[in-house]
Amino acid sequence: MPKDHGIGASPKRREDVRFLTGEGNYTDDINVNGQAYVHFLRSDVAHGKINGIDTSAAAAMPGVVKIFTGADFEGIGGLPCGWQVTDKHGEPMQEPAHPVLAQGKVRHVGDPIAAVVAESVEQARDAAEAIEVDIEELPAVVDMKAALSEGATKVHDDLTSNLCYDWGFVEEVKPDVDAAFETAAHVTTLELVNQRMVANPMEPRVAIGDYSRGTDEHTLYTTSQNPHVIRLLMGAFVLGIPEHKLRVVAPDVGGGFGTKIFHYAEEAFCTFAAKACNRPVKWTSSRSEAFMSDAHGRDHVTKIELALDADNNFIALRTDTLANMGAYLSTFAPSVPTWLHGTLMAGNYKTPLIHVNVRAVFTNTVPVDAYRGAGRPEATFQLERVVDKAARELGVDPIALRRQNFITEFPYATPVAVEYDTGDYHGTMDALEGLIDRDGFAARRAESEKNGKLRGLGVNCYIEACGIAPSNLVGQLGARAGLYDAATVRVTATGSISVMVGAHSHGQGHETSFPQVVAEMIGIDESQIDIVHGDSSKIPFGMGTYGSRSIAVCGSAMVRATEKIIAKAKKIAAHLLEASDADIELKDGQFSVAGTDKSVAWGDVTLAAYVPHNYPLEDIEPGLEETAFYDPANFTYPSGAYACEVEVDPETGKVTIESFAAADDFGNIINPMIVDGQVHGGIGQGIGQALLENCVYDENGQLMTGSYMDYAMPRADDVPFYAVDHSSQTPCTHNPLGVKGCGEAGAIGSPPSVINAVVDALQSGGHDVTHIDMPASPSRVWAAMNK
Amino acid sequence: MYNFDYEKPSTVADAVAALGDEDAQALGGGQTLIPTLKQRLASPTTLVSLSGISEMQGITDEGGSITIGGATVHADVASNGAIAALSDLAGNIGDPAVRNRGTIGGSLANNDPSACYPSAALGLGATIVTNTREIAADDYFQGMFSTALDEGEIITAVKVPKPEAANYQKFEQPASRFALVGVFVAKTSGGVRVAVTGASEEGVFRWSEAEAALNGNFSADALEGMAPDADGMIADLHGTSAYRAHLVGVMTRRAVAACS
Ligand SMILES: Cc1cc2nc3c(=O)[nH]c(=O)nc-3n(C[C@H](O)[C@H](O)[C@H](O)COP(=O)(O)OP(=O)(O)OC[C@H]3O[C@@H](n4cnc5c(N)ncnc54)[C@H](O)[C@@H]3O)c2cc1C
Repeated sequence: MPKDHGIGASPKRREDVRFLTGEGNYTDDINVNGQAYVHFLRSDVAHGKINGIDTSAAAAMPGVVKIFTGADFEGIGGLPCGWQVTDKHGEPMQEPAHPVLAQGKVRHVGDPIAAVVAESVEQARDAAEAIEVDIEELPAVVDMKAALSEGATKVHDDLTSNLCYDWGFVEEVKPDVDAAFETAAHVTTLELVNQRMVANPMEPRVAIGDYSRGTDEHTLYTTSQNPHVIRLLMGAFVLGIPEHKLRVVAPDVGGGFGTKIFHYAEEAFCTFAAKACNRPVKWTSSRSEAFMSDAHGRDHVTKIELALDADNNFIALRTDTLANMGAYLSTFAPSVPTWLHGTLMAGNYKTPLIHVNVRAVFTNTVPVDAYRGAGRPEATFQLERVVDKAARELGVDPIALRRQNFITEFPYATPVAVEYDTGDYHGTMDALEGLIDRDGFAARRAESEKNGKLRGLGVNCYIEACGIAPSNLVGQLGARAGLYDAATVRVTATGSISVMVGAHSHGQGHETSFPQVVAEMIGIDESQIDIVHGDSSKIPFGMGTYGSRSIAVCGSAMVRATEKIIAKAKKIAAHLLEASDADIELKDGQFSVAGTDKSVAWGDVTLAAYVPHNYPLEDIEPGLEETAFYDPANFTYPSGAYACEVEVDPETGKVTIESFAAADDFGNIINPMIVDGQVHGGIGQGIGQALLENCVYDENGQLMTGSYMDYAMPRADDVPFYAVDHSSQTPCTHNPLGVKGCGEAGAIGSPPSVINAVVDALQSGGHDVTHIDMPASPSRVWAAMNK
Repeated sequence: MYNFDYEKPSTVADAVAALGDEDAQALGGGQTLIPTLKQRLASPTTLVSLSGISEMQGITDEGGSITIGGATVHADVASNGAIAALSDLAGNIGDPAVRNRGTIGGSLANNDPSACYPSAALGLGATIVTNTREIAADDYFQGMFSTALDEGEIITAVKVPKPEAANYQKFEQPASRFALVGVFVAKTSGGVRVAVTGASEEGVFRWSEAEAALNGNFSADALEGMAPDADGMIADLHGTSAYRAHLVGVMTRRAVAACS
């Protein structure tokens, strides 16, 4: 019997009532009395020197409040980078300045040059058109290889080159890795592109700055996944506002996928301008602006080599990656191709020797940063593609080759610096095989062939490091922040509860799943518990939501705080029952004295805490409110096995997904329905990457895919019904709930199986195709078949 | 968007008068024009909506042909069914919102090289009726975004003869879902007509080699191995000119096969 409440139950998402009835409160729904509007004048060239900006005509236009240029931000901090990577020579990465408004130069199409604050959006836009900017266009650096070549134009004149860092991991083992390749029985090599993606949350970004002269307090309403991170970065590093004078509110947020983690120029601008104009200032991104100002994702070019011995054991792995940083370093950009990517290269396999080389490159393109999965999809894609290619080259079954090399003993210390606490890779592969009717594939393929179609089956495994992250470890790796989280559990006199959490829900369903945990612990109804998130003035300092960390890190803090509540409540109950604390048991919301029929209800205890007439005031304080901060001891390691079946129309090259199966191990699960939904959404994005999405620049740095006319988002009919299984569960060993996190798995785990399936289909048709880059669009597939 | 005035006349005559102003522009369903205005790529002083003109609405069946009012929305053509291939085509344009606003007149006036309707009009040998004249489809389309319409001329109706058989095959561009290549094949009293959209840099065109082959033998086999020359085909992010030329062959064969 599935549970109907508490941990493991699937109540419907309570937040959907407001989302589905138009009652959501998104940032753009907020209008502050007296607000003015800002329009950013953005560069339409990829690289140029600003010789002059004349705002005089624009300033005289109707409705203009004030016009800002880079000059207004001289002496004010630039946007900080939150992670410093050390290169293979022990040197820090090259870190360019990232001004709020361009200073002397523009470095990508969309780089903000000036900002007009006016009475209306249209007046701001009119005035922006009247600003005269004298830009001397410079050659644009777009291709990463060209960017690193001798004599290439530099994106940043004050840096020595376009190389941000050259990272070797683990550099000391490189000679051993190279030696293993010398003696290998077989080496499989693959060169591939993990293309640039635009996150495209349904809600574009919005920022509203508000300032009170009376109190000297600033408020920023913004579309953020982590309001406290923005408060810290913007307050301390950009604008120098004491944190207690700065409130950051991220209300309902319509999807983030990583791109709403980062601190953006528009947020700093609106906060700054609100004080400078003494008026609230609002900016709402258009979709076109989003394409050229939201941080992009992925954009790696990789060569990967896998060495096997004569028995097909993986003996060494070597990779060489170019990672695009874009024109500036976005908040967490340097960490994505390094610590979120290199550390995952062992995958599910016991390959003993691994060397990862990553060169991060500046180009005249929009900055690139974390996008759902962040580094781990890039690692998974190349590894699972090269393993599949090896199986084909060796003529062995791709599942058998994987199984043969699985890690089976835990904890397992990988050669790439992380220790997997638990996992059962055969277990998830067994679950997957239970979903896909592999034996029936030959008949399905024959049926497709009868209809003139090619059919392919692709599988892959994945492992990810989630529950981000142990602060002391990431500190050593270059993070300039801690990555704990926090929760405050506030119980009212009548026993209902508000839980203030540092995690932010923008599609994940925290408002439903988090109360399930507290309800289970206390034994009261979920309806008695609400989550409060997204407002730095209401919640404790937490680091927000990304890296599948919310339940694993913030949920753990909530458990710790609830444990403190229960411990105190037991003391109160003991007093009321005239018993010793040690004898008090809590079950189904009743405190009882062990071995007796004496009990008091949860509500009696909470009332006593706030109306302490009969209360142990000499021992404990009145009230019932506790806070806990939780810093994880390790990452969590969700893992799984995915399979995809495709049909390819050989006449047109069009790929259709016939079925998709996902077997994941997320450890313990709070709400299976929400977990299914997270996996579905992730796979949808993974299929989008595998078949449809591609952010393309031309050689001059012009964005070719600046709208949905050219950037192909997955639609409902592009994806099949998914078969999802999470019955294989190895609970995390180091957090109190035994949870691992599920937010990114689908996006990490799905692209390789799609491409493996396409290659399988094409080879079945006699085509000599060993790899196809994403997206496997009809024209690419057709070209591959007709080369 | 820049500011503009808005007029909604109820007769063609009033609309023509309102369009007499040099910077006035007709507004059909706005599905192409409004996004252009939002991007500030056009600045008409007055928009003259055609949606209030009852004589430009609806579809009449005259037995051998149908007449579609110039302001008839795609959804109405989709649900009509008098010419099944045309209704299918209309039913696959954009999404429900687009189909319930966008009009046949707007689509034909715009003549987007990737739009669907131009291939139907040309393939079926339709007549474009305006406030001043009637223009045969063969004379109407004059290259990408270019037509025989004069400044201020309004498409009031489209007369479409019923074919013996017809079919439209659309291969969608993955992002926009406009036609990467669309082929409209019609067997008419005057012979077979094959109209191709999405493919050529010259906009919609008739593929005469295919028509000749099909006039001899109306079967997909008659086109075996045939494709137009890749020279002059559109090349972009979504496909090379060789790919588009190849797709024209594939889609034509599929359309022919679906006719019989
Ligand atoms: C999301 C989306 C998807 C789409 N997908 C497709 C698709 O798959 N296939 C396809 O073919 N089209 C597609 N379209 C375009 C759609 O069919 C438009 O409706 C059509 O191209 C324009 O028609 P309209 O009535 O909206 O014209 P408007 O946008 O109002 O006007 C377009 C132009 O025509 C002029 N005009 C309008 N009506 C007349 C008239 N009666 N006489 C003279 N001039 C006139 C206007 O002045 C303007 O210059 C899509 C559009 C969108 C927004």
